[in-house]
Amino acid sequence: MDILQKEKKLQKLEEELRRLDDEKSIEEIKKTIEAYKVKSMSNLSSWDRVLLARHPKRPTAKDYIHHVFDDFIELHGDRGFADDQAIIGGIAMLNNIPVTVIGQRKGKTTDENIAYNFGMPHPEGYRKAKRLMRQAEKFNRPIITLIDTPGAYPGLGAEARGQGEAIAKNLYEMSDLGVPIIAIIIGEGGSGGALAIGMGNRVYMLENSIYSILSPEGYASILWKDATKAKAASEVMKLTSYDLEELEVIDGIIKEPIGGAHYDSKLVYESMRTVIERSLRSYHPMSHYEIKTERYAKYRNIGFFQRFNYENLKGVEK
Amino acid sequence: MKREALQKAFLKKKQFRNQLTGYKKKPMHQVKTPDVPEGLYDKCSACGKTFSQKEMLANKLVCPNCQNHFRIRAIDRISMTVDPHTFVEKGLGYITLNPLFQEGYEEKLQSYKDKTKMDEAYVYGYAEIHSEPCVIGIMDSYFMMGSMGSVVGEKVTKSIEYALYKKLPLIIFTASGGARMQEGIYSLMQMAKTSGAIRKLHRQGLLFISVLTHPTTGGVTASFASLGDVILAEPKALIGFAGPRVIEQTIKQSLPEGFQRAEFLLEKGMIDKVVHRHEMKDTLHLLLRMHKKGAYA
Repeated sequence: MDILQKEKKLQKLEEELRRLDDEKSIEEIKKTIEAYKVKSMSNLSSWDRVLLARHPKRPTAKDYIHHVFDDFIELHGDRGFADDQAIIGGIAMLNNIPVTVIGQRKGKTTDENIAYNFGMPHPEGYRKAKRLMRQAEKFNRPIITLIDTPGAYPGLGAEARGQGEAIAKNLYEMSDLGVPIIAIIIGEGGSGGALAIGMGNRVYMLENSIYSILSPEGYASILWKDATKAKAASEVMKLTSYDLEELEVIDGIIKEPIGGAHYDSKLVYESMRTVIERSLRSYHPMSHYEIKTERYAKYRNIGFFQRFNYENLKGVEK
Repeated sequence: MKREALQKAFLKKKQFRNQLTGYKKKPMHQVKTPDVPEGLYDKCSACGKTFSQKEMLANKLVCPNCQNHFRIRAIDRISMTVDPHTFVEKGLGYITLNPLFQEGYEEKLQSYKDKTKMDEAYVYGYAEIHSEPCVIGIMDSYFMMGSMGSVVGEKVTKSIEYALYKKLPLIIFTASGGARMQEGIYSLMQMAKTSGAIRKLHRQGLLFISVLTHPTTGGVTASFASLGDVILAEPKALIGFAGPRVIEQTIKQSLPEGFQRAEFLLEKGMIDKVVHRHEMKDTLHLLLRMHKKGAYA
């Protein structure tokens, strides 16, 4: 039974609760709901987390921007080709500190999803993000990015306009920005499309979000030639927040309520706000050079390999 | 004057000593031209004509009939691009591990190691092109499709840092299917690592020439390969972010002919020049000469 089926069962219980009148049975059912939540909805498998990260009710970047930050002005366009709807960006206030917010947004309805291209940005979206980041550096604003994309859009126009180049230029620029970048993965973080705005000094993940090199479906179809084995793939790919914290790729996890962020989104908004505030405070006394160097060092040291070293052999006797 | 005289004296002394001891300096790296037996033939995948392997090798693995460029090994690329006996390999001894404990990854690696006689899909080192010094890096698409894992990312970064340290121009020949899936998130992070290192290179005013060869896709296109000061490509090389199969699945129609090929990208303004393999060495030499420090003022 995966998390979506469990959720349905929970909804049934809650409906029952609404129908009932007498107090005794209401309390009884409330108890069973709580027990059910703790017992079977708190220990999630990787596949459950994948499903939760793609949940249609999950708060999107738009929600976070409106609830975590105080004021927000959206800025449009990459000044070259078009305004990509899949990336939302602008200036917001957080405790009277102006910050630049860039997010990848998905829709909640079909119409919205079509308008936002299911959260898959085109090159112009990444160029818009780059423009906003440069602007942020000019005015010394911290940058906060919210990542939620299955990947960069693989299409004819996107390739013709240089999807790869757009992502590469973003990474290139981000490695040299003198303002802190705080990246938060709020849903799916898929491949280069996610990294293109996610090269932060600090990278946080919501508890039930995923961050991987490609989707579990893609992994299964490439390695095992069978896209239906996505569930098995998600278990071996190490894409959940807990796995990535263990691999020291991310800096922290923002906890979610039992059942996912959509059950009590206010709680998530609040904890995200405190996390952002805390990390902005830690970067406040640092100079541009220090911030740059810290970020470069962080990504320079990621990698898992061994190097053969002759000095290791000195102690070995023949 | 004094210094030159000293140097001359030192060399003389060294020669004399070598004569006494019978020491002979070995060339640093010897590229062996393989002895190809007469009877072997290769079929061109584009035009279907067959040529003897000897003929092919003499023609730099380009089809003499239709000018189709075959995929080539890193060692062949070195032998046809740089001056003989000048290549010195750097960054040896990296060992690829299995960070995510993926099943079958180690065996797969071992089989590629046996097949290609290489440790990883990337080789770099010092070389000279018509006696212009440079740092050259070559990806080998025969090793696991040249995919970028932790070691390839680290070696690419090391080659950039070596160019920075020696203040030499850097040339990278890319040929890769993208990031290595088996190493998961670590492979993804190599994109950030290499791009950041290129930023450092550019800040120091050093030249970076990126040569895209067939095929260059995925994470490599979306990182250092697209960040060259000058981007060259071989004719008909497949270059793009998403692979053609993925695009076909997404848009649910077949792709137009020549899509994502080097000529298409040239037309769209994504690369600087399409260079035939026979002219690659001269073109690179010209570019190196044009970017030499102190040529102006």
